[in-house]
Amino acid sequence: MPRTVPIKLTVNGVQHELAVEPRRLLVDVLREDLALTGTHVGCEHGVCGTCTVLVNGESARSCLMFAVGADGAEILTVEGLGQGARLHPLQEAFREAQGLQCGFCTPAMLMVAYELLQQNPSPSEEEIREAISANLCRCTGYQSIVEAVQLAAARHAVAGAR
Amino acid sequence: MATAQRTWIGTDVPRLEDPKLLAGRATYVDDVKLPGMLHAAVLRSPHAHARVARIDVSRARSLPGVFAVITGEDARDLSNPLPAFCAEPVVEYALAVDKARYVGEAVAAVAAVDRYTAEDAVALIEVDYEPLPAITDPFEAMKPGAPKVHENLPSNLVFEKTLSFGDVAGDFATADRVIRRRLRYHRASAQPLETAGAVCRYDPFSQRMDVWSNTNMINYVGWLLANTLKVPASKLNIIPLYVGGSFGSKHVLGKVIAIAGMLAKLTGRPVKFMEDRVDNLVACENLACDRYYDSELAITRDGIFKSLRVRVVDDYGAYFQFGHGTHGNALAQATGAYRIRSLEYTVRCALTNKCQQGVFRGAGSDAGNFNLERLVDAAARELGIDPVEIRRRNFIPPDAFPFKTPQGNVYDSGNYPAVLGRALTMAGWEELRRMQAEARRRGSYIGIGLATAHQRSVYGPTEFWFWYDTPGLTSVPESVGLALGPTGEFIVTMFSPFWGNSPETVVAQTVAEEFGIDPSQVTVAYESSQHGLPSAGPGGSRMTVMLTGAVAGAARKLKRKMAQIVAHHLEAAPEDIAFAGGRAMIRGAPDKALSYAEIGFKAYWFKLDLPPEMESGLEARHTYDHPYLTMPSPDRKDLGAFYPMMAHGAHIPVVEVNPHTGQVRLLRYVAVHDVGTIVNPKSLRGQIAGGITQGIGMALYEECAYDAHGQPLSASFMDYLLPTAMEVPKFEIGHVETPSPFTEYGVKGGGEGGRMIAPAAVASAVEDALAPLGVRVDEVPMTPERIVSWVEAARRR
Ligand code: FES
Ligand code: FES
Repeated sequence: MPRTVPIKLTVNGVQHELAVEPRRLLVDVLREDLALTGTHVGCEHGVCGTCTVLVNGESARSCLMFAVGADGAEILTVEGLGQGARLHPLQEAFREAQGLQCGFCTPAMLMVAYELLQQNPSPSEEEIREAISANLCRCTGYQSIVEAVQLAAARHAVAGAR
Repeated sequence: MATAQRTWIGTDVPRLEDPKLLAGRATYVDDVKLPGMLHAAVLRSPHAHARVARIDVSRARSLPGVFAVITGEDARDLSNPLPAFCAEPVVEYALAVDKARYVGEAVAAVAAVDRYTAEDAVALIEVDYEPLPAITDPFEAMKPGAPKVHENLPSNLVFEKTLSFGDVAGDFATADRVIRRRLRYHRASAQPLETAGAVCRYDPFSQRMDVWSNTNMINYVGWLLANTLKVPASKLNIIPLYVGGSFGSKHVLGKVIAIAGMLAKLTGRPVKFMEDRVDNLVACENLACDRYYDSELAITRDGIFKSLRVRVVDDYGAYFQFGHGTHGNALAQATGAYRIRSLEYTVRCALTNKCQQGVFRGAGSDAGNFNLERLVDAAARELGIDPVEIRRRNFIPPDAFPFKTPQGNVYDSGNYPAVLGRALTMAGWEELRRMQAEARRRGSYIGIGLATAHQRSVYGPTEFWFWYDTPGLTSVPESVGLALGPTGEFIVTMFSPFWGNSPETVVAQTVAEEFGIDPSQVTVAYESSQHGLPSAGPGGSRMTVMLTGAVAGAARKLKRKMAQIVAHHLEAAPEDIAFAGGRAMIRGAPDKALSYAEIGFKAYWFKLDLPPEMESGLEARHTYDHPYLTMPSPDRKDLGAFYPMMAHGAHIPVVEVNPHTGQVRLLRYVAVHDVGTIVNPKSLRGQIAGGITQGIGMALYEECAYDAHGQPLSASFMDYLLPTAMEVPKFEIGHVETPSPFTEYGVKGGGEGGRMIAPAAVASAVEDALAPLGVRVDEVPMTPERIVSWVEAARRR
């Protein structure tokens, strides 16, 4: 049997203790071991951004990160955005502006938008484009995503203070 | 019903699909997890053409956690060839048998406890290849004596045919001028962010194969896959899932399903095979057309188009799954928005040692539009006529619809001058030209592009076979089940998957329109193929048309049943019952009414309240077939109406080009579309913007490049460049509505127009920007290297 290493992760506020192979990717731990399939995989080589989650408040590509490297970290995924059965106001803004089509890039887009709005509650269009430019979307042409983030910003959907 | 009288069709109803997608709760294929499930990985050929002399899988097989390893030999026993839509004997198995025909072709597959172990095992497989000469240039491939991609075929020229309509020779002989262009449309790839995948589960005792996949082969031709998997067609159950984009690329997915299916049969456990991005880039079935055009447009000295001659060589890669389907497709609108009396279309399909073509949004009509619009721009330049004016002179006039093209297709409706006019106004054409002149004086290269082109929608299946002498399929149905439940809610059952479009919202809007309720009160379910009514699924921009048609038909049937129940109860005639505001009432006596809940309750639980002959329950099923399809003539001088819902658009991009670096910046992008009656403006806008973005990708960045030995040069997202939020501008989108006379509500498809028109429009803009340097654009994508080389070549001239 391959060697495993014990790690602790706090994911969406819940603590997990796991034993993982050192080569196991964070995205596989989230999706397979913790059954949090909201985070998606688009390229597995760090270009598309589809697997983005927040690690200790900062966006990270979970397909490029070994789970052992996240030992002790606080992780936020799309499942941790809403509250119980309610969508987060940022998700509502995406819904209203139709910032999605197939929805595959959407969880990651939400995470980078969330990070942006925490750091910069009223970004310009250019700043929004730059923030999401590391995440590919093959469906929307980005315009509606930009509008969704603008809508969320106008509504102060994400608390700015950290 | 006029738009003004409608309540829901034409409004921005929030998408029903979205909450679960936003919450990360939708189930995509990679989210499917079954007890005991194994994971597959694939070994791919590093050679473009090589005999597989020996494979040793013993080390892979003995790795702990590995359950099965299969090779091409096994594939020949465990499966039949993959489905193909061509008559030629181009045989393809899911794993290469005897020889590999492109880099990336699967030669072995492993099933193991997890993907990590499966990939470890793949690394332990030893293969002895005997490399064969790789043939990568289609013109070389077609020469007699060239190394053959398939030994059983007479040559690599797998198909060649000329179809001719009208007096082409006469029109060319009497023309004042002939405009000639040689154009090159390189191969691109759909690249949905979700790769293709399948989970297969096989029960040897009942011979039942359950398939969870992001394929579209749910109902239409799923039985072909049953043959591939060697299971009875009635026992193949394909379960639809949420799909993370397709853009045409996920129609069949025979390879991924066959690999997972074979391994499931062999191991007796469910098996998941999920492509990774490299798999998808080098070996998926979504690489688009790869064409060399040699075209001629015969014109009068006033710039009136008389005849069009198109000669295409298409590099199909190593197999011929869809045959020449993308040329049938292009023929639907080969003469575009123009009144051209005659047409000759020659296609030569060459097989080479590259991954094969599939379908990508536009399906080859995008290349056709590029070819035609480049010719039109060239005609304008050569005659010194303004590009706007030459288009106006040749447009099919609004009073000429329905319009029959020389090849026999019918255009349902349109108002092309209005579309162009709206685009010019939105762009501020005159002002743009002034701005451009000023920029030129400052030494900057601003270009204003224009393309007006078609977007055919709702394909007819005759296009799959009209190139041949024998007829084939003539149905292209879409079905729904519509039920009024016992508590008064409407439930729609669909037999096609969600592909990133908005099928749930479309059916909810239609039910709401028909019954006077709120769309949020409609529940939508997807059914697997074993529950199937005939449905062809998404593709060819058909879903909105087909679903509104199917739901409207089902609503009529359901209303008849409801009217009988109400009439029986209120002692009225069924013809006098009207439906509005959630109630069924006697016309003219609105207080005499039953709510939908009351009707539903009676229908399900009060048999004695129903008319005596009526069964319990309240459901209607409706299959909407192609609304306007006619047969081709036996001699193929008339192809019949096969793609008649003709949307149209005019695009005006503004670019700035740096002739030293080859960089192109998009400053503005105006797009006006006419897709008939609009069902949901916001989701249509999304389709158009997304499509234009892919068209911009085609114009500037995206290319599946190969070297001379057939090695792919774009095998990751580092090399295959998709546009990001920084490359695309804010789109300015406008609409004109000319409802289709053939469809329910007058809807036409709007799924592909953006990508169909943008490559031609952006090419026109770049050519316009570099006009002072004498550059002509005959090739997309216009990469920086190409632009710089064109500028240098023009300087040397
Ligand atoms: S999946 Fe991680 S960046 Fe693409
Ligand atoms: S919504 Fe489909 S990839 Fe972004």
